[in-house]
Amino acid sequence: MSGAVRVGVLDYGAANMVSITKALAAVGADVTAVAEPAGLTTVDAIVVPGVGAAGSAMDHLRERGLLQPLTEWVRDGRPCLGICLGYQILFDASAEGEVDTLGLLPGRTEMLVDAPTLPHIGWNSVNAVRAHPLFEGISDGSYFYFVHSYAPVPADDRLVVARTTHGRPFASAVAEGNVYGLQFHPEKSSHAGLQLLANYASLAAAGAA
Amino acid sequence: MLARRVIPCLDVDKGRVVKGTKFVNLTDEGDPAELAERYAREGADEIVFLDITAAHERRGTMLEVVRRAASRAFVPLTVGGGVRSVEEMRDVLRSGADKVSFNTAAVATPELLTACAARFGSQAVVCAIDARRLPLGDDGVQKWEVVTHGGRRATDLDVVAWAQRVVELGAGELLVTSMDRDGTHSGFDTELLAAIATRVRVPVIASGGAAGPDDFVAAVRDGKVDAVLAASIFHRRLHSIASVKQAMALAGLPVRPIEEGLA
Repeated sequence: MSGAVRVGVLDYGAANMVSITKALAAVGADVTAVAEPAGLTTVDAIVVPGVGAAGSAMDHLRERGLLQPLTEWVRDGRPCLGICLGYQILFDASAEGEVDTLGLLPGRTEMLVDAPTLPHIGWNSVNAVRAHPLFEGISDGSYFYFVHSYAPVPADDRLVVARTTHGRPFASAVAEGNVYGLQFHPEKSSHAGLQLLANYASLAAAGAA
Repeated sequence: MLARRVIPCLDVDKGRVVKGTKFVNLTDEGDPAELAERYAREGADEIVFLDITAAHERRGTMLEVVRRAASRAFVPLTVGGGVRSVEEMRDVLRSGADKVSFNTAAVATPELLTACAARFGSQAVVCAIDARRLPLGDDGVQKWEVVTHGGRRATDLDVVAWAQRVVELGAGELLVTSMDRDGTHSGFDTELLAAIATRVRVPVIASGGAAGPDDFVAAVRDGKVDAVLAASIFHRRLHSIASVKQAMALAGLPVRPIEEGLA
């Protein structure tokens, strides 16, 4: 491979594209927006951003003909990072609107349990369950920025990389093979967030090499 | 546990950062995107831009400011001032902002908060409340009145009742400014803050009057707020975000430590 790793940000009308695009560019990735299936052929890795509700996110993906192509592209072993709602829809289904989601990871998205406030908004600490290259160079317990009311409950605890507590602990970061998910917004999480995106770009580059 | 936030505020007039006392005597203090980046690097948990440009002089300058800031400052950004419709809020969010703050527009058309919360979620809707102390009533109860137009216009609205109403309407956060203290460096009106913060379930941001780190501690401890906002003490480098956070941490308040690393 030559040059910067090519990261596609999935543009399906469900996210603030400016911040994630600029944050990836700031850590040296060659970033493009992927709004149609053909875009998947020009990138080494994908980021699925997202704000909003699971149902409308799935509708947007379907309308743009991205549902099947994206799923196949990721199942072929290429790196995929889901952020916030983009993390939640990687799982089988969501309690938010009782919808089926992408099914790339086993488990269901549920509303946060015993949360003192909903949505959970603000900087909260992310505590490692196991070491993972995604968190290379980031101190355990670092604060990241969250905005959400739901979070995935992985069917297999071995997926969980880190947990965060708001009421009860929930899985704030997961990884399985080439599929990664973060409940917080690295693009809004200052130094720690940029370090994490840089780590993802490195993992993607290693995968594409 | 959620960290208590320290938020520098940038008053922006025609694309430049300005600061005055009690909303007058404005002086130019720099480029908003550049300052936002500096603050993010120095540990700001969030940045608020208040657009004070007169309506007839606005031509999308604020959208350009937000776009430039969002390209360099990787922390949550809030924009206040001049947003009067769902469409205008959409444009601000698309430019890279995370929240929009409503003030005079919320008093004029409270339904706007509901419409924006329905479309973008209440987490993106902040209601700014400018409060002025009223003379102590015969019952000995301290009350405050909501004022608008930078403090020039009274509304007859009771601050606490208004705070509760805007939360019901859809505001997900309140930015409370004491017009008696703003720009005076005499400390936050913690009585005002606690009167609101103990009666609503959404986060409250304190604004108006910060002189030093101890005032931030008092706003959180006595005013019961989740976040503290200040402008000139940071712009003029009288105090750093680090020194404020250090004081808060020493007082036992949860804060996000300032990290070294990538810009």
